[in-house]
Amino acid sequence: MLKALTLLLLFQLAGEVLARLFGLPVPGPVIGMGLLLLAVSLRGGPGEELRGTAGTLLQHLSLLFVPAGTGVLLHVHRLADEWLPLAVALVLSTAIGIAVTALVLKWLVKSGGEEAR
Amino acid sequence: MNSSVSDIWVYLAATPLLGLTLTLVCYQAAFAIHRRLGMHPAANPVLLAVAMLVVILIVTDTPYPTYFEGAQFVHFLLGPATVALAIPLHAQFGRLRRMAGPLTVALVCGSLAAALSAVAIGALFGASHELLMSLAPKSVTTPIAMGVAEQLGGLPSLTAVLVIATGILGAIGARYIYRLFRIEDHAIRGFAIGLASHGIGTARAFQVSEQAGAFAALAMGLNGLFTAISLPILLPWIESLFAR
Repeated sequence: MLKALTLLLLFQLAGEVLARLFGLPVPGPVIGMGLLLLAVSLRGGPGEELRGTAGTLLQHLSLLFVPAGTGVLLHVHRLADEWLPLAVALVLSTAIGIAVTALVLKWLVKSGGEEAR
Repeated sequence: MNSSVSDIWVYLAATPLLGLTLTLVCYQAAFAIHRRLGMHPAANPVLLAVAMLVVILIVTDTPYPTYFEGAQFVHFLLGPATVALAIPLHAQFGRLRRMAGPLTVALVCGSLAAALSAVAIGALFGASHELLMSLAPKSVTTPIAMGVAEQLGGLPSLTAVLVIATGILGAIGARYIYRLFRIEDHAIRGFAIGLASHGIGTARAFQVSEQAGAFAALAMGLNGLFTAISLPILLPWIESLFAR
């Protein structure tokens, strides 16, 4: 647990350093994810400990968004002023994003011959 | 309230302990409700937990920055959790590589569709410029979205809230879209929800299956990357087309 958590933080740190160093538009943790994927692939798979710790963290991924979500308190006035365009834009664009992605992918996978299981 | 109780309250309100504990307690209560309702996506645990916290903070007259002093420890874990997504990604690597072409095309189409439709619909309903620019990057993970909003001239902290709202909406609504269009493949379902609804959609996808979760994680990472590069170039150009 401790070793795996340290490893995750080290990869995040490496990601942050690379992002700053090269002025990349992507946040450090996303680069860290790419680096860890590379490292795990080169080693032929994650160890038992890393797999367990990652599983524990990801099991409650939702929890980690709660503090930022509660930030809605800071914007009550603006949200009350512009609730209609916001609500319509959020609901429709989310649906459109999901539908377009899924339909394009379904069509390409079917026509490309990658058998869906 | 007698004086000793209010003394304790004054003490607790000044330490991070209360914000942290409240976050964990509310989330677990929210998750218990979510489970009691058969994991129904409409009873989204993030939505329920945020609602409880908002009520508690308003009733106790606690400012958000005071709450966040404690909650930041939970918020911080978003970083290592994002790195940890490499593990399920690795497990699906074979299939990911075989689908690389279709995934890339779907990424570009889906990402632009989500961002541009949000801006277009917002503009149609008379949203302010600041709001539109805060709205554009809402489909991607919080840190990227906040950075992009700042570049575009939006409000980063407002974007954070819109990002969470988008995540919750996607987690709640995706199943109806999949049913409507007969999308059954878990790889496709996961990729679409991760692309449009980042980490909250990914959390939902992991509840459905490991494969859906891995594809959602991939889509979240790729869309973050693509949005960070494409929106700051595209949006000012599109705006100049409409502005007279």
